[in-house]
Amino acid sequence: MSDRRLLIAASPHLAPIDSTPRIMWSVVASLVPIIGASIWFFGPSALLVLAAATLGAVVTERLFGKSESLWDGSAVITGLLLGLTLPAGLPLWMAFVGGAFGIGFGKIVFGGLGQNVFNPALLGRAFLQAAFPVALTTFPAADAGWLTLRSNLALPFMSPVVTDAMTGATPLGLLKFEQTGSQLSDLLLGSTSGSLGETSGIVILIGGGYLALRNYLNWRIPVSLLATVAILAGAIRLIGGDRYPDPLFMLFSGGLMLGAVYMATDMVTSPTTHRGSWIFGIGIGVLVVVIRIWGGLAEGVMYAILLMNAFVPFINRVTRPKVFGT
Amino acid sequence: MRRFFSFRHGVHPPESKELTAALPARRMPFPDEIVLPLRQHAGKPARSIVKVGDRVERGDKVAEADGFVSVPVHASAAGTVTEIGPHAHPDGSFATAIRIAVEPYSAQVARPRLVPEWEALTTEEIVHAVQDAGVVGLGGAAFPAHVKLTPPPGATIETLIINGCECEPYLTTDHRTMVDFPERVHIGIRIMMRCLGVGRAMIGIEKNKPDAIEALRATVPDDLDLTIVPLVVKYPQGAEKMLIKALIDREVPSGQLPLHVGVIVQNVASVATIAEVFETGLPLIERIITVTGRGVRKPANLIVPVGTRLRDLLAACGGLTDDAREVVNGGPMMGFAQANLDAPVIKGTTGIVVLTEKQCRSERSYACIRCGHCLDSCPVFLDPQLLGVLAGAGRYEEMKGHNLMDCMLCGCCSYVCPSNIPLSQLFGVSKTALRKIEASA
Repeated sequence: MSDRRLLIAASPHLAPIDSTPRIMWSVVASLVPIIGASIWFFGPSALLVLAAATLGAVVTERLFGKSESLWDGSAVITGLLLGLTLPAGLPLWMAFVGGAFGIGFGKIVFGGLGQNVFNPALLGRAFLQAAFPVALTTFPAADAGWLTLRSNLALPFMSPVVTDAMTGATPLGLLKFEQTGSQLSDLLLGSTSGSLGETSGIVILIGGGYLALRNYLNWRIPVSLLATVAILAGAIRLIGGDRYPDPLFMLFSGGLMLGAVYMATDMVTSPTTHRGSWIFGIGIGVLVVVIRIWGGLAEGVMYAILLMNAFVPFINRVTRPKVFGT
Repeated sequence: MRRFFSFRHGVHPPESKELTAALPARRMPFPDEIVLPLRQHAGKPARSIVKVGDRVERGDKVAEADGFVSVPVHASAAGTVTEIGPHAHPDGSFATAIRIAVEPYSAQVARPRLVPEWEALTTEEIVHAVQDAGVVGLGGAAFPAHVKLTPPPGATIETLIINGCECEPYLTTDHRTMVDFPERVHIGIRIMMRCLGVGRAMIGIEKNKPDAIEALRATVPDDLDLTIVPLVVKYPQGAEKMLIKALIDREVPSGQLPLHVGVIVQNVASVATIAEVFETGLPLIERIITVTGRGVRKPANLIVPVGTRLRDLLAACGGLTDDAREVVNGGPMMGFAQANLDAPVIKGTTGIVVLTEKQCRSERSYACIRCGHCLDSCPVFLDPQLLGVLAGAGRYEEMKGHNLMDCMLCGCCSYVCPSNIPLSQLFGVSKTALRKIEASA
């Protein structure tokens, strides 16, 4: 037998079952139907905003990230998720800046993939909301169609041109500031005003279900989060009466679905233990309900998740499992 | 009825046992040369009692036990001692070994010997006979079998547990032992029960070996209190502590032996070997080995003389395929990659698995994304993610505080890591470093 160069490696010798890039690109793939839905409801503006946010994220990753880290797909996810939290009429340059901020200050300053404390997409959005509060809360109606293109194309450092014809209030805004409800069927399908990804809860749940089946998403987080919101909202309505929103409205309005399924489950910024995942989900759920009902903002998913992100190291420490035989 | 027979966590890699599961163990031709390292077992290496030029018969003792936790080594073929010196060892080192040029055309018949009836012997005599036959655990660790027959005074053993899990992918050594030699398994269990003075024995077999379960059930004598328990197929079910948890739902305390929960665990092939000693009178000079993997042309279960070089063993199986890349001694989860095919089969060699280029791990790893899959897989409930970070920073003492010493290097965490971080390798290095630090302190 001829001698050949044999591989000497440590055990285990079998190639691992999965790879980080495959997980990341699967998440991207599961976002495609959601992107499709946002284009369906908001027209070509949706595509432009998503592209601008993703470009901002990817360019920043390429410029400041570790070499080759672009191909692991995580910057694309950040860009797309950020884009899905933005209104369709947002000037593209703002979306680009948001993506760049999310990657630069949300991830790279912490040391790159795996090191960040806060969800980069949400950090990008929080920055945009602080910097451009008006543009971020100008929501076109779901049927505004081509009208939003004009505001998309605002020059850098310019504010968008907004006409009354193209704006609409979000269901949560309607509820909070005008005390009017929305049709549940509209909420389920997504034909309401709001951010790009605040539309069809059903499509988001399908994407999340696919990821959960492949074990790319810890189902405990969305389940505990959504259950907490539903139960808490139900209890408040039971005690406080009909002026409080009903649980189904709470579940399917605003960014809750997108946040619960795609943002809170970001592996890097959520707990590593199962018990921790339950606590994390419940914590976000409580914060969402508190902000939505008693806070000054109409929507609180973003801040709820960012707040709980900060607790993750602590949650991990207190929920570490009991070692076998101790 | 218990909820299910298993432990928590663990992984389920592709079993890949179909390559050899149905092939009865057959004898391989004697090779031209036999290499017998003096260190083939846990404990003190044996002491050579032959010199270059000596002629030995098959079954002759060539090295004697050095103390109680030590066993002798026997010639596995008739021939002439050509050299006693350093030789490639399957653990990657060079270790003292006795090289024997095998006599061509020899009938390879052992010297006639007296085979005692074990029932007539005292426990001490049985223990001595088992040690003198060089019997060790055949599951991989090669712990001298007679030591397990002599529990320390004061210890009470309630249950003898036989390990028939064979949870490593590819390997079918224990499987074939149970299917081809079920009576030997029963006799071996009887001998062990007698020595330990226990009334009941259990054998755990993973459900992917229905023919083994059937063979043992069909042959178990009425007066033998043996419970045959089919187990969920899961790695590392065959780890002592996991098996005890699965069978009697007890946790061996951290840092303790199974003895502390009243249990002795022995591998099924070792039990069969104990019976063989009292059946043929021959010492442990051959064992069943699975030679398998996509990288070997004719996978087989072979009865191999201990000391056969891997080169000869692989040649007996048609040689390596063109895309063979890694030769693993043992199973793919915990086995040892071989650099030198001159290294011999030793008593603890369970199998040789040859992986192809495509099956091997790549060297490329990614950043940890804290997915938590390693925590979900760890059978002893460690936090490999945290330990990995600490290992990377060389904070070994801190790792000890996070129960590093309970890690048994099963490799589950590395296997599930999507970022291909060599966690169990890091932990192996850390454990060695920690022992060194503690020894020098």
